[in-house]
Amino acid sequence: MTRPMSEATIERMAADALDIAASPFKKDFPLLAANPNLAFLDSAATAQRPKSVLDAQRRFYETMNANPLRGLYSLSVEATKAIADVRTSIARRIGAVDEAGAPHADEVVFTRNASESLNLVAKCFAPCALKPGDEVAITIMEHHSNLIPWQQACAQAGAKLVYLHPDHTDGAWRISDDEIRAKVGPRTRIVAVGHVSNVLGVENPVRKLARAVHANGGYLVVDGAQSVPHMAVDVRELGADFFVFSAHKAFGPLGIGVLWGRGELLERMPPLLTGGEMIDSVTQQDAVWAPAPEKFEAGTQDAAGIFATGAALEYLNETVGIQTAAAREAALMAYAMERLLALPGIDILGPHDHRARHGAIAFNVRGVHPHDVASILDARDVCIRAGHHCAQPLLAWMGAENLACCRASIAFYNDKADIDALIDGLEYVKQLFGRGE
Amino acid sequence: MADLYRSATFMEHGLHPDCKYELDDATHEHEGVNPSCGDELKLQLRVRDGVIEEAAFTGHGCAISQASADIMADLITGKTTDEAKRLAELFMSMVRGEALDEAAIADLGEAAQLKDIAHMPARVKCAQLAWRTLDTMI
Repeated sequence: MTRPMSEATIERMAADALDIAASPFKKDFPLLAANPNLAFLDSAATAQRPKSVLDAQRRFYETMNANPLRGLYSLSVEATKAIADVRTSIARRIGAVDEAGAPHADEVVFTRNASESLNLVAKCFAPCALKPGDEVAITIMEHHSNLIPWQQACAQAGAKLVYLHPDHTDGAWRISDDEIRAKVGPRTRIVAVGHVSNVLGVENPVRKLARAVHANGGYLVVDGAQSVPHMAVDVRELGADFFVFSAHKAFGPLGIGVLWGRGELLERMPPLLTGGEMIDSVTQQDAVWAPAPEKFEAGTQDAAGIFATGAALEYLNETVGIQTAAAREAALMAYAMERLLALPGIDILGPHDHRARHGAIAFNVRGVHPHDVASILDARDVCIRAGHHCAQPLLAWMGAENLACCRASIAFYNDKADIDALIDGLEYVKQLFGRGE
Repeated sequence: MADLYRSATFMEHGLHPDCKYELDDATHEHEGVNPSCGDELKLQLRVRDGVIEEAAFTGHGCAISQASADIMADLITGKTTDEAKRLAELFMSMVRGEALDEAAIADLGEAAQLKDIAHMPARVKCAQLAWRTLDTMI
């Protein structure tokens, strides 16, 4: 039996967890532990996974592997229970609960990724909600995953796609109340918004958008791909009707996405895919769908991935603690922005105030193509993303040269050394391009 | 491939390309784009009796695409169009990672520096832009 930790030990661990001079978490991530000199600053594209997640994936195959849902033997029952438990855990963590706090596990649908979740809503829900002349409102900063499905849904329904633009005159890059009043009106049937922008890092005013669209009987779809890894989420409090995220950006495995939707809406929607495991009964000419969530989960699910997703959420929420993660990231963001803003020749895209940014910092080295910056940093073991970040309309609207920028993104496992490696690398880029000061 | 950025001659081509200007009396002209990078390039040639008398380009892109275009324009000036086409094909094989013999490497001159781009598939299209454009217009 392990001895209970002393209060002093607990306090020291809490202090270590918040100290960004070093990361007490890198040791939990096999890839980071094996590459101590790697500055991984691309977690907004995909995060690293802790050992507990990799172990869970393996444990599934080693101890409970069977086809879930259909089996009548104990292994299959165990696999089925593993999926059901993760559904319940997700419902609880995102606030999909009733007044008494009981989780609505049946409102949690597993997909392959956030893109598939958004496509499911746009293809199966939007046609029930849109008629010619209606409007769908999204922001100019949406990831293509929360943009192209709405272009398609609008084209099919004869509806109009309307864009909300952030106000950058005060440097805050927020969607203003005036903008919401101007763009979300009686014809708006759906507002689809990224909770946090993958380029600008800003948190969008989701609650205000919910009130505006609900006032006219419309629906709110929230893309939480960039918020779930960084902050506590409560779908009821946000006023969302649908909420999506990807496991792989939240320290889970690749290939698992989540769609949460209000029960009565999921009930109204037809399935996107049909086949095995999504029916109640089938005759020669007809079929009766199973209730949600199974209705939307045709075919055998990646049960091991779902089980590992449960381990990822447990790691983030229990082992690290979402408050600790958020506090570390806020301190890292403050440090990174201070150092970047002190570096001549760096243009920041989006807010300069570190408090307005979650996870992502978009920037350019003046006069140097972002792809050159990324290649030079790569040779110094600094991983950043460069390109259009699946947000071409945003970069076009901002007038970004080459429709491209660099993006460094942080997670709680980063530390000051990662930021220092980025800054040193950028100094070197400027030196190579003859722009050193 | 990071060595490329440390090469003074390569960076000179990238930052101060000699052949980057508008050619007034071009006989051939073609535009190439890399939509995913936003690179845009217009290649112009003045060809007389099957010989490229002058080659120039305009446009914008990363250092790799600019240097590659400048090196190419230098190399093909004075060559026949057939020879230029052969060089373009050699270059594209090289950046795809295919092994070239010593004579071919020698023929490519400064452009042979771009050999290691093959290790970075995302940048191959940057290096290829000018050559691909040349290959389609002659």
